[in-house]
Amino acid sequence: MKTKLSIQQLITISSPLILLLLWEILSQTNILDARFFPPPTVILQTLIELGESGELFQHVSVSLVRILLGFLLGVLPAICIGLLMGMYKHFKYFFSPIVMIFMPIPTLAMLPIILILFGIGEFSKIVTIAISVFFPVVINTAAGVANIDRIYLDVAKNYQASAKDFFLKIALPGALPVMLEGIQMGQAIALLTIVAAEMIGATSGIGYLIWMNYKAFLLPEMYVGLVLISFFGYLFSLLLRGLERKLLPWK
Amino acid sequence: MSKIQIKQLSKKFKKRNKYIEALDQIHLSIQEGEFVCLLGPSGCGKTTLLRILAGLEVPTTGEVNIQQEGSSKTPIQSMVFQENGVIPWLTVEENVAFGLKMRHLPSSYIKEQTEHYLRKVGLINFKKLYPKELSGGMKQRVSIARAFANDPEILLMDEPFAALDEQNKFILQEELLSIWQETKKTVLFITHSIDEALLLSDRILLMSAQPGKIVRDIPIRLERPRTIEQVRSDPEITNTFLEIWEHLQKEVKQTR
Repeated sequence: MKTKLSIQQLITISSPLILLLLWEILSQTNILDARFFPPPTVILQTLIELGESGELFQHVSVSLVRILLGFLLGVLPAICIGLLMGMYKHFKYFFSPIVMIFMPIPTLAMLPIILILFGIGEFSKIVTIAISVFFPVVINTAAGVANIDRIYLDVAKNYQASAKDFFLKIALPGALPVMLEGIQMGQAIALLTIVAAEMIGATSGIGYLIWMNYKAFLLPEMYVGLVLISFFGYLFSLLLRGLERKLLPWK
Repeated sequence: MSKIQIKQLSKKFKKRNKYIEALDQIHLSIQEGEFVCLLGPSGCGKTTLLRILAGLEVPTTGEVNIQQEGSSKTPIQSMVFQENGVIPWLTVEENVAFGLKMRHLPSSYIKEQTEHYLRKVGLINFKKLYPKELSGGMKQRVSIARAFANDPEILLMDEPFAALDEQNKFILQEELLSIWQETKKTVLFITHSIDEALLLSDRILLMSAQPGKIVRDIPIRLERPRTIEQVRSDPEITNTFLEIWEHLQKEVKQTR
């Protein structure tokens, strides 16, 4: 069992390593054009240089703050509205069309309107993230409540749960698993959105780093931005999975 | 004055513009401390009747009266649900305490009452576990403990052992009887198993196929405590079994 698991882990680690090694060799031997595909060692070196100069830290922290604030601004109302939609059908009838109208529009397509409404400052980026996170979370929260097995509603009623207790002991914990899936999706979308938004209308952040370095043809620096996104995407989903394990010990 | 009094109760459901009569003129009374089984073919409306008593459905006509003897704070009824009635995100302990917590009783009382019934059903060492870690039989023990811990006027049981295997079913039936004998609660128990009804009840109410009506009222005069061996070997009970069997056969054939 133990050796089997470590073989599995070995294979899992091997694939990215092989990819990197291949890239390194092809780039060093100039089979791949090193101007466009600088070898990983060069990218790593650039990463360290940028890190030491402090420039990197500034871009990363700006993006992270935007993601965090935007995420909260999107998730909190989404959970509230989603729970109401799941619990009261009149809320569902009221909010469903609004959600349906706005959901298919990519948030980036609304960026001009967001810029008109909130200016070019930080807040417009936070709003962009918030809107993109809002939809998967609101839909999953509503679905989470709606899909709670009817028998638990009967149990709550039979044992005289008040509206408040029903909400706290049945609706919220019952909806939580599906809700967290929505938050996990929202996290991925937030990362996509921030990078794209920073490419279009920002003077800092990871997206800006990628775009400006591409324009200046500083490709190793551009790759550093890509590596960072990959890293933070992985980190966020790890954190959320950890949170999930904490919140759902019964699963 | 009987504990449960049901008068002229009927229930109609609307399905695709057609009314379906689920229950027709149910009339019955159950005495304090009686263990009554409601036995009938599937789809005869016995669950509907129980759900009306549980306050989960409203009757179309007629009335239900459950006499309140304890203080007005005593809950009228508590239900033991079919499998899956245990709430998965609450621990065994929290599930058993559920009714008491919903009524916001003092925590010392909740703890005492919960521990008492956890001990009774043999789950005291499992109290911190979540239901996913329990077997089907253990889950139903949680469900039973939850209902008894709530200390209601009457207990309603909706085929609580239907999903269990034979061995577990016998064990749980005997455990239920032993707890019931200590508390002497009035119980209305739904089942489609004749053996189960014969083992558990003081009286069997036999229902017809849809629309559900109570067609026979059969007293079971077998001494308690009973065991399944006694039920199987008693000649009078065997006759009753055959009688009920024939009735059910007839009802099932009629609906075909």
